[in-house]
Amino acid sequence: MLDALQYQFMQNALLAGLLAAIACGIVGVYVVVKKIVFISGGIAHASFGGIGLGYLLGINPVLGAMAFTIASSLGIGLVTRRTRLPEDTAIGILWAMGMALGIIFIGLAPGYAPDLFSYLFGNILTVPFFDLMLMLILDVVIIVLVALLYKEFLYLSFDEEFSTVSGVPTESLYLLLLCLVALTVVVLIRVVGIILVIALLTIPAALARQFTYSLKKMMLLAISAGVVFTFSGLWISYVLNLASGATIILVSGTVLFLSFGINKLRRRTRGDSHTASTA
Amino acid sequence: MATKELVRMENVWVYNDGIPVLEDINLSIESKDFLGIIGPNGGGKTTLLKVILGLIKPDRGRVTVLGMPPERGRKYIGYISQFNLFDHDFPISVLEVVLMGRYNKSGLFHRYREEDREAAITALKTVDMLGYKDRQVGRLSGGEQQRVFIARALVTNPRLLLLDEPTASIDPNMQAEFYELLDRLKEDMAIVLVSHDISAVSIYVSEIACLNHQLFYHGSKEVSAEELEKAYHCPIQLIAHGTVPHRVLREH
Repeated sequence: MLDALQYQFMQNALLAGLLAAIACGIVGVYVVVKKIVFISGGIAHASFGGIGLGYLLGINPVLGAMAFTIASSLGIGLVTRRTRLPEDTAIGILWAMGMALGIIFIGLAPGYAPDLFSYLFGNILTVPFFDLMLMLILDVVIIVLVALLYKEFLYLSFDEEFSTVSGVPTESLYLLLLCLVALTVVVLIRVVGIILVIALLTIPAALARQFTYSLKKMMLLAISAGVVFTFSGLWISYVLNLASGATIILVSGTVLFLSFGINKLRRRTRGDSHTASTA
Repeated sequence: MATKELVRMENVWVYNDGIPVLEDINLSIESKDFLGIIGPNGGGKTTLLKVILGLIKPDRGRVTVLGMPPERGRKYIGYISQFNLFDHDFPISVLEVVLMGRYNKSGLFHRYREEDREAAITALKTVDMLGYKDRQVGRLSGGEQQRVFIARALVTNPRLLLLDEPTASIDPNMQAEFYELLDRLKEDMAIVLVSHDISAVSIYVSEIACLNHQLFYHGSKEVSAEELEKAYHCPIQLIAHGTVPHRVLREH
């Protein structure tokens, strides 16, 4: 593994893993505590339409995905807020329509799409330099927005009705939060792919949640967990010659389930003192 | 001190799917009122509060809060919703919850100042919960959570306190304590308390209204059995005034 570190592609892969962990650690916490996992899954899958659009227009598919994903997350947000269509129905429809558009666009594009598979399932070893820079910029945008609007996003997630009464612009913030999900999806596409994005949005945050009740600490823990997952997943996939995106997800999921088990055991052994302290 | 009209509702109608939830509501809440609104579930009680808060726009009629539209006037209202619906695992501390109430005074992008923290500490002292300020709110008992949510409503020094089913998730033995707290608060603000549970609207309220799509306002606690029946469409416990407050079960 240490030998591998001298290769440029390996250094890029580690940087991509770090940038992905930062985005999914921060935004994933909101996805988990606000329970918008399904809508985030819809946004991630709909982004395939943007990949197709990129092929059709002959631009970088990740740029196509960024524009398309932001538009579709605003659309999905407005449809669920302003119309009477049930939220999960609206998400299901947009989810499939985005993917269908992607297929049509790719069909219309001249030639054939060689690295299509890597957009669907990710390949952390082949992230181009331009995409790395884009990931870096998007990470900075996410960090700045969350730092500026930390309390607003906290209130929105905890109690939307009271926030509205207190003058928090909840609808705009909700749409902005969905845009942050969209940006995170774009950051993650190259690493784990559209189909596996939702796992990195949820697993590090779900893991972190077991150990703290502060949202800030939860974000830091989730980022650390994300770094460990992407790096160890990358290493295992390199050694065993497996698909990197899928390996990262399986490592993350396994650690999460182990932590659930350990937590349960820990609680059982501490059972007596715990009940005493709450009484 | 002269009383002042805080809320005025004139001929307010709200429809949901074409079915009227509120029918021709006329209501005036003044600065010294302690009003209990009782009515069956689905009778429009929560809707009424949300109309006052500007969360629901009436289909017909006019609502003003301190002479302003509800969206602008609601900063003078402290609101306590049916709070037991929140996610008990949510990572938020008691102090953070109470600071939510100060949002109006700080606003978008601004950080809280020392005076906001002091106001939150004072509100927590008022409800006797200061010792719990760093606890996760979901880890508290129902009665303790409720006091935290009251502190959140008090932290702006509201002119009016709206409580939606406040006794639904606290133990009966905590209820007396809760009403004593309201009894202290009513010196400084008007209070409107909404409940489906008639016993909840206890000896402490000074006026009673019944709401079942239409509002029957009584002005005092003397509600006749006929009036209650009109609101509930069924025989009901009767509340009466006297030297000793008591309840009489009407024969049926």
